[in-house]
Amino acid sequence: MQTLKRIVKSGYINFKRSGLISWAAVLVTTITLSVITIIILLQAVLYSSLGQIKDKVDVTIYFNVGAPESEILALKSSLEKLPEVKEISYTSAPEALALFRERHQNDYPTIQALDEINTNPLGAYLNVKAKEVSQYETIANFLKSDNALVSGSQSIIDKVNYHQNKLVIDRLNTIIGGAQRLGLLITLILVGISIIVMFNTIRLTIFISREEIGVMRLVGASKVIVQGPFMVEGAIYGIVATVITMALFFPGTLWLGSKMTAFFGLNLFDYYLSHFFQIFAILLLSGILLGMISSFIAARRYLNK
Amino acid sequence: MIYFDNVSKIYKKNSVALQNVTLTIPSGEFVSVVGHSGAGKTTLTKMILAEEAPSEGTVFFESINVHKLKNKDLTRLRRRIGVVFQDFKLLSNKTAYENIAFAMEAVGKSDAEIASDVPHVLELVDLGSKIMHFPSQMSGGEQQRLAIARAIINQPELIIADEPTGNLDPINTHEIIQILKKINDLGTTVILATHNRGVIDSIGRRVITMENGKIIRDDKNGKYAL
Repeated sequence: MQTLKRIVKSGYINFKRSGLISWAAVLVTTITLSVITIIILLQAVLYSSLGQIKDKVDVTIYFNVGAPESEILALKSSLEKLPEVKEISYTSAPEALALFRERHQNDYPTIQALDEINTNPLGAYLNVKAKEVSQYETIANFLKSDNALVSGSQSIIDKVNYHQNKLVIDRLNTIIGGAQRLGLLITLILVGISIIVMFNTIRLTIFISREEIGVMRLVGASKVIVQGPFMVEGAIYGIVATVITMALFFPGTLWLGSKMTAFFGLNLFDYYLSHFFQIFAILLLSGILLGMISSFIAARRYLNK
Repeated sequence: MIYFDNVSKIYKKNSVALQNVTLTIPSGEFVSVVGHSGAGKTTLTKMILAEEAPSEGTVFFESINVHKLKNKDLTRLRRRIGVVFQDFKLLSNKTAYENIAFAMEAVGKSDAEIASDVPHVLELVDLGSKIMHFPSQMSGGEQQRLAIARAIINQPELIIADEPTGNLDPINTHEIIQILKKINDLGTTVILATHNRGVIDSIGRRVITMENGKIIRDDKNGKYAL
């Protein structure tokens, strides 16, 4: 406990006394953490855009005119049990007619023709949304299958529009997958570069102290006593850089939120505020870990003397 | 206390730092090792601290073969030895107080012991008024006195001083040698490596003379003989 207290105190004093060198390390750490924050925000924009696109995709099951509502609702409850299904909305035949009339209220001949038929030519339909775009095929296959849950439904189903939309859905699926893979790749490259730059900066700060490390060892200090304060310094770089990064992104996202919301399809300032503590925790953890691990590795080189 | 058994250190084919050195230093002795630059004085002292490993032969500290020690045991051995260097090797971002305190922390002394012993040892080397000064704010002589204070604070059994007066003027040199003699009078073994004729002649104790990595003289009450 006494050793730990001394190590923490010594690390803090070293940070304070190293002046410009400490602040150079903090600056580089801030850049690394800023890259991580930008990636978090870009991922949010990407996922929000993809989410909006995905939300536009659905599958509609049209039923024959006069299909009994009880059977439709039975099918609905069967579908709701599928893990792939996110939500199902049921539109009854009269509602379908009302919606149709509303949509065509300016289309006089159509409305007149409807009035002349005097019966409802439209059937009810179920609108199914899957959790993932890739899952629509499973749902369509389920409807075609001989599964007991859907047996008997085939006779009441007029058509399922999945097959008309299949091409669009498949293409969208490929694009979404590609965008996510590309995002991950760019993330890994950027984070990798930042970590290398940060590691090398911390290595330089410790390189300056390499002779002192040797002296400490000659005085009889154990590895922990020598290495500990450097790791504490590394952690302090992370903590200070986290605070600076969070402070910098506050006005940054405020500006982006007011100017670019339409472009991104997401108010970044709102996102930043609502995820403030998650982002803070990610940055703090990354900053402290990166600082400590870099210091640990860099100091170790000069310890074995 | 220290025994070199036929020790050689060869860096490259044509660079021999020590050659078949056999040497015994009993406890409580004040030994000066003299020789020109490159004679092997520093290599000899580094062997005792296991900073350098011999190419041949063995170095014993009491009955311990210092080059067979594991990291942890080597740390423990180094705590029994105080070291003073020509370039002081103080911790530049620590004050005089903290430099000494660090050596005490390294051996696990308590905060109370540190608080009571550090001012005392600084008074002993006449640095009482510089307790909160950084090394860069001190003269060469003061820095060397601080280094000696650090070396003796844990009451080591052996002090190794490698050219401790190399960067000092005659007055400071005299002061440092007097301090080392006083330490030796209190029972600590001292090994002093130097090429300063005046220093050696003023001590009048055992002198080992080295040349090209070999011991060429070993006199009980020696003088500088190069």
